[in-house]
Amino acid sequence: MQLSMEGINSILRQYPSEQRYCLAIMQDMQRQYNYIPREGMEALSEYLDCPLSSLYSMATFYKALSLKPKGKHIIKLCDGTACHIRGASPLKDGIRRILGINEDETTEDGLFSLELVNCLGSCALAPVLVVDETYYGKMTLEKLPGILSQYREEQS
Amino acid sequence: MKKNIKVCCGTGCLANGSRLVAEEFERLAGEDALVECEIRRTGCNGFCENGPLVTIEPDHISYYRVRVKDVPEILEKTVKNGETVDRLLYKDDSGKPVRSQEENPFYAPQLKIALRNIGKINPADVDDYIATGGYEALKKALAMTPDEILDEMDASGLRGRGGAGFPTGTKWRTAAGYDVFPKYVACNGDEGDPGAFMDRSILEGDPHSVIEGMAVCALAIGAEEGFLYIRDEYALAVQNVRAAIRAAEERGFLGDSIMGSGRKLHLSVVRGGGAFVCGESTALMQSVEGKVGEPRAKYIRSVQRGLWDHPTVLNNVETLANVPYIIVHGGAEYAGIGTERSKGTKVFALVGKVKRTGLVEVPMGATLRHLIYDIGGGVQNNRPFKAVQTGGPSGGCIPASMLDLPVDFDTLKEYGAMMGSGGMIVMDDRSCMVEVARYYVQFLSGESCGKCTPCREGLKQMLAILTDICEGRGRMEDLDLLESLGETMQDSSLCALGKSAPNPVLSTLKYFREEYEAHIREHRCPAGVCKELTRFSVNPEKCAGCSACVRVCPTGAASGERKQPHRIDPEKCISCGSCREACRFGAIITKGRGEA
Repeated sequence: MQLSMEGINSILRQYPSEQRYCLAIMQDMQRQYNYIPREGMEALSEYLDCPLSSLYSMATFYKALSLKPKGKHIIKLCDGTACHIRGASPLKDGIRRILGINEDETTEDGLFSLELVNCLGSCALAPVLVVDETYYGKMTLEKLPGILSQYREEQS
Repeated sequence: MKKNIKVCCGTGCLANGSRLVAEEFERLAGEDALVECEIRRTGCNGFCENGPLVTIEPDHISYYRVRVKDVPEILEKTVKNGETVDRLLYKDDSGKPVRSQEENPFYAPQLKIALRNIGKINPADVDDYIATGGYEALKKALAMTPDEILDEMDASGLRGRGGAGFPTGTKWRTAAGYDVFPKYVACNGDEGDPGAFMDRSILEGDPHSVIEGMAVCALAIGAEEGFLYIRDEYALAVQNVRAAIRAAEERGFLGDSIMGSGRKLHLSVVRGGGAFVCGESTALMQSVEGKVGEPRAKYIRSVQRGLWDHPTVLNNVETLANVPYIIVHGGAEYAGIGTERSKGTKVFALVGKVKRTGLVEVPMGATLRHLIYDIGGGVQNNRPFKAVQTGGPSGGCIPASMLDLPVDFDTLKEYGAMMGSGGMIVMDDRSCMVEVARYYVQFLSGESCGKCTPCREGLKQMLAILTDICEGRGRMEDLDLLESLGETMQDSSLCALGKSAPNPVLSTLKYFREEYEAHIREHRCPAGVCKELTRFSVNPEKCAGCSACVRVCPTGAASGERKQPHRIDPEKCISCGSCREACRFGAIITKGRGEA
């Protein structure tokens, strides 16, 4: 896939060329492309005058950053303690049965990625599932197929 | 009289649909000239489980689980005629409806200082904050010398709310003592402990109180720049804090001349990258500088050499939210609340298997029993209480015999747990303590930055041992190995993450050793959680044939005719436990792998 350098450059231009903005720039790229493309890494390396290797260590250290493209819809399953003891693990198994993906994997059609995330601070609604920006509280295995097919139908 | 309708728009209530409720109020009130009211979208009220929450002032009426379809009735009955809609009121333990928050058993025992404005004001409106006395502390602090501010902080006895409990006044005074400029003030909003969400609630619901606290700190230590490091996952918090900084700049509370004094302070938000270890002070500062967030050894404290090697004060969100109150009311008044060594109040996130979950703020020294039973209403579904996990992954599990311990910075430490940042996860007899320990170790081994060996390798080995025990391959000598590994990690890890990582394992070993032994010796998980050790079946005498289990079973293992006892096919059963949660008759029983 050919990415437009214009898009990458417009993210870079929002920040001064200083190391302290490195994480913020990478987060913006992640948000824009659902991953950090190689072209973005190279452009950032030049912009900050910073070796590609140290950007690589940033990208692999922070959980919010990914070097592989993610699916169109990101399913975040909270596995904080409250969600864990109220049944996050059976939900993870349920998603695997329905979509055939484990955590950090993407469906073959590129529609969904599953992330197992740390506490989202919505413990009162445990267990919590977030698809893109929408929160689904008090999740059950029963509700799962309906919620997921909603996103699938939207596609077709 | 004009009514004030407050619709809770914290993350919890938004997930329950409160935005639509607020929009419906706005739409209908706009159409009906007879309705005189002001609609305010507030921050989190803390009682998220029962959201969306709507409060009508000045009547002090609070409604719970409000749906869009309830809005016309509320406007007609309550706003126009001052009557209550009884079905939307909260019912107390005896089933009696309660009208106001003051009468609600969840809110009545609370004393709100850090959460004083949340749920009352619109966080997006700086005038709302000013109307409750906001920025009075900053005004007062501008007229004080740095020493006077520091004396007030010392007198308050405020200790860091992030978990470590270091005296805030001492930290500020140390930073103030260095003649190295620039200095920095920073706010730790990288709330990572699973089960704690008070910082999210404060940043979302009352961002100006944190900004004001930072501004007071900046005046005391002589800083002109500051950062709020906030988890990127907290999208609403990031948005509200950024808007609050802009509003404060426009009004002259921040910027090149704070309230015309000529003193400068510029604040900005840094979004976290989703690494738990970045809640550790030195790692957080690395991350603010745009680097990989690895902690360093603290021979030199960050108050001396923090951000860019300059003196930096880093305080937790809740700590900073207390500061304006202390400056306005005086340190001595604040010190009148709480215990001898832990002053003021603490916010707890009461979650897990407790009836009333949510955020509660009480004076330091309240007992666990008071929190869990009086405020929380006891264990969900009246199941037996097994343990409460306090202090996140650095804390421990406390058994029922210790429920009368007071909660403050020091007491729980003596018993192998800690108050920590205030997460309290209640567990019942269906929570397996070995699996809980394994869960925390798995969490931490994923979050260990890998810089020091005891933490990186110790957690890896602990995880392997605990997984073996949970899956039926444990040996009795593993328990001694866990203890000695844990002690080594406590002694020799670089930062607090590794030093406190063994706490969940050591505390469960200490108080729930018999559960470990049941897993190892009898291949049995007493809570029926560990899949490899648990078989599910139906007790035909208790089964009413309601087919609830059949509906929830994901693999079709549960089957049966209505009104006839059901059965579970062991070949198909994956031991997920869904049937047990769904059964209202207690008919699903668990047996160990080795049991007949």
